[in-house]
Amino acid sequence: MRATCWYGKHDVRVEEVPDPQILNRQDAIVKISSTAICGSDLHMYNGVVPTMKSGDVLGHEFMGEVVEVGREVRNLKVGDRVVVPFPIACGVCGFCKAQAFSLCENSNPNAWIAEKLLGHSPSGIFGYSHMTGGYAGGQAEYARVPFADVGPIKVPNHLSDEQVLFLSDIYPTGYMGAEMCDIKPGDTIAVWGCGPVGQFSIRCAFLLGAERVIAIDEVPERLQMAEEGGADTINFRQQNVYETLMDMTGGRGPDACIDDVGMESHAPALIFAYDRIKQAMMLESDRPHALREAIMCCKNGGTISVIGVYAGFIDKFPMGSVMNRSLTIRTGQAHVQRYMRPLLKLIEDGAIDPTFVITQTLPLDEAPRAYSMFNYNKGECIKVVLKTGSNGNGNGFSTTAKDDNYTVIQ
Amino acid sequence: MNPEQSNPERLNFDPGDPSSTRNLQRTSSSLGNNDAERKPGLPSASAKKLANGLGWFSIGLGAAELLAPRAIASITGVSKQRTGLIRLYGLREIAAGIMIFSQENPEAGLWSRVAGDAMDLASLGNAARSPNASRGRIAFATANVLAVTALDVICAKQLSSNGGRGIHAKASCIVNREPGEVYDFWRNFQNLPRFMRHLESVTDHGGGRSHWVARGPAGMQVEWDATMVADVPGEIITWRSLENSDVDNAGAVRFERAPGGRGTIVKVNIEYVPVGGVLGAAVAKLYGEEPEQQLDDDLRRFKQVLEVGEVVVSDATIGGTGYFEQRPARPASARELERADTLPSELGTNYESDYRAEGRMTQS
Repeated sequence: MRATCWYGKHDVRVEEVPDPQILNRQDAIVKISSTAICGSDLHMYNGVVPTMKSGDVLGHEFMGEVVEVGREVRNLKVGDRVVVPFPIACGVCGFCKAQAFSLCENSNPNAWIAEKLLGHSPSGIFGYSHMTGGYAGGQAEYARVPFADVGPIKVPNHLSDEQVLFLSDIYPTGYMGAEMCDIKPGDTIAVWGCGPVGQFSIRCAFLLGAERVIAIDEVPERLQMAEEGGADTINFRQQNVYETLMDMTGGRGPDACIDDVGMESHAPALIFAYDRIKQAMMLESDRPHALREAIMCCKNGGTISVIGVYAGFIDKFPMGSVMNRSLTIRTGQAHVQRYMRPLLKLIEDGAIDPTFVITQTLPLDEAPRAYSMFNYNKGECIKVVLKTGSNGNGNGFSTTAKDDNYTVIQ
Repeated sequence: MNPEQSNPERLNFDPGDPSSTRNLQRTSSSLGNNDAERKPGLPSASAKKLANGLGWFSIGLGAAELLAPRAIASITGVSKQRTGLIRLYGLREIAAGIMIFSQENPEAGLWSRVAGDAMDLASLGNAARSPNASRGRIAFATANVLAVTALDVICAKQLSSNGGRGIHAKASCIVNREPGEVYDFWRNFQNLPRFMRHLESVTDHGGGRSHWVARGPAGMQVEWDATMVADVPGEIITWRSLENSDVDNAGAVRFERAPGGRGTIVKVNIEYVPVGGVLGAAVAKLYGEEPEQQLDDDLRRFKQVLEVGEVVVSDATIGGTGYFEQRPARPASARELERADTLPSELGTNYESDYRAEGRMTQS
């Protein structure tokens, strides 16, 4: 089969690899129809995620048709159309029973690596380094899906791939980012980062009762998409974020702040250079500028929701601000399995249409170009969907965005 | 074969009180210090004395090589252009000497001397081949190095036959099952190879006796017979190996009810004298075989087998979870799958997953 493989920093290739096989009795093999590149895939593309190996298959947002099931799979059968959540979860350990699926104790065979770096291990994740299991990812024609009864959700045929694909990650992730803010009616929520997850955080914050959402980014197209979702916006290249937020909130600060940025934060020149140099010298692995700023801006007693991905260590963390001002920090890889059903219902009810975020649809073979575009042209490229099979090899791919500003580079 | 017969090479493991968790730790300090059970030959005190002598010799020779390399070259008949190399060897000698004096058991220092002797001999051999070599002096130097090498080997072997250091490893995990069930699964020894990667087979002969076959370092097979020392259903199993074991070992597994009805805490302590002594253990470590890590991974697989019914594998770990065993995270070819040694099918399928049977979970 064709699969998107990682070979190093800025080196991603689509090549022929063996078809996946059933390895465990609760596995299913899914023939992938649509898959997507996640912002967190760019961390690997940029070479800042440790424990990658040449030839790793990338991708953790995918959906398709079940073509084979292991002998202990009960809930799925061949022919089912499913969306697969990015965390791999057994469904029976204490954490899964408590719905904390991304903390599953049984799904990461490489837990020892994560334990060395993180103290304890999170769940396994598709296509996301060896530290999270070393599972082949889903930017491919087929994928082996462990614990098929627990993860994949069947989706109705009247919904298109594009409408349901993001149930695999960014929609539940954005939702959990907003949910962790414990939003009360009338709250003002600030969102750092208007990438795909940030866009969903903005919309989900409104769904959860926020009165005002303020979105922070530097890319005009992304800020425009945030405005279309109802947010007020701050361009950190043009405005001082702290001062603007204080102006907008009467000096009190937002009730909760969501970090939808993670470890590769950009910032005005000097601070960015400081963190970039420390990162290059391996004095810190992650650049936490957005997180620092979110903490300083948040109101007393407020909540910092960290849903952007961090991998290792950060520097100059304003713990004094967190402690003296009674801030709450909530974090986690999204417990996707917990949210898929209710969030699918919101799509069916028409409360949200996840397709708004898609700017490009390309065949799987174009993955290297899609990675480069997503990494370097953040304006025109917000979310890429990759198509496989007969759809995926033909021509005629075009932008699905509502606006001609988004075009595929030829 | 009489298991009660004392043998200096055996572990002094006697978990008289099964509830004590300190028995195993105690054995490790008693290793090598038990004068009453010493092997015939050089007594431990003389081995130590010899080691000290060799340590001073190392430092003296090292200092000479470092400070007067030309004189050393002239005595040994080596080319005077080799002073740089001789100085490096001097540093090596001093390091070995420091190693001998700085450790409670100088065995590792002695083995490093043996390795150094091999380097010296190789260098002398090289020198002898050079056309303008003074062969008489080189032969004299070689004879001397050989004599010292023999002393080094004897001393190192003495130190290790006095017990060396047994390796002690401990690990624990929580399994979402009742202590009785977890104990039963472990007590059925045939189950152990399903999650203990290095075990090939365990045969229970009844009466507390069992025969174990495992893979040692570099793929060699090791076997031993074991006897259970304590066996309290739902609480503890302890064992020790019998006479004529390839790997002398002892251990204990405890099963404790976790607070709040959250399953069973399993605590494993094992102690063994590694194949090939300290040197063997060091070599095994080079191949990523860290004993505590192995035990930790074994317990993770134990939990997987009990909770989800089999060992969970990813594309990267079909050849094992060790750093050097990782494949890329991509589907394996049929040939790779054939060779893979951790696939669940090979780890047995007799224990049917019953996680769907409600009521067996201790927590939900």
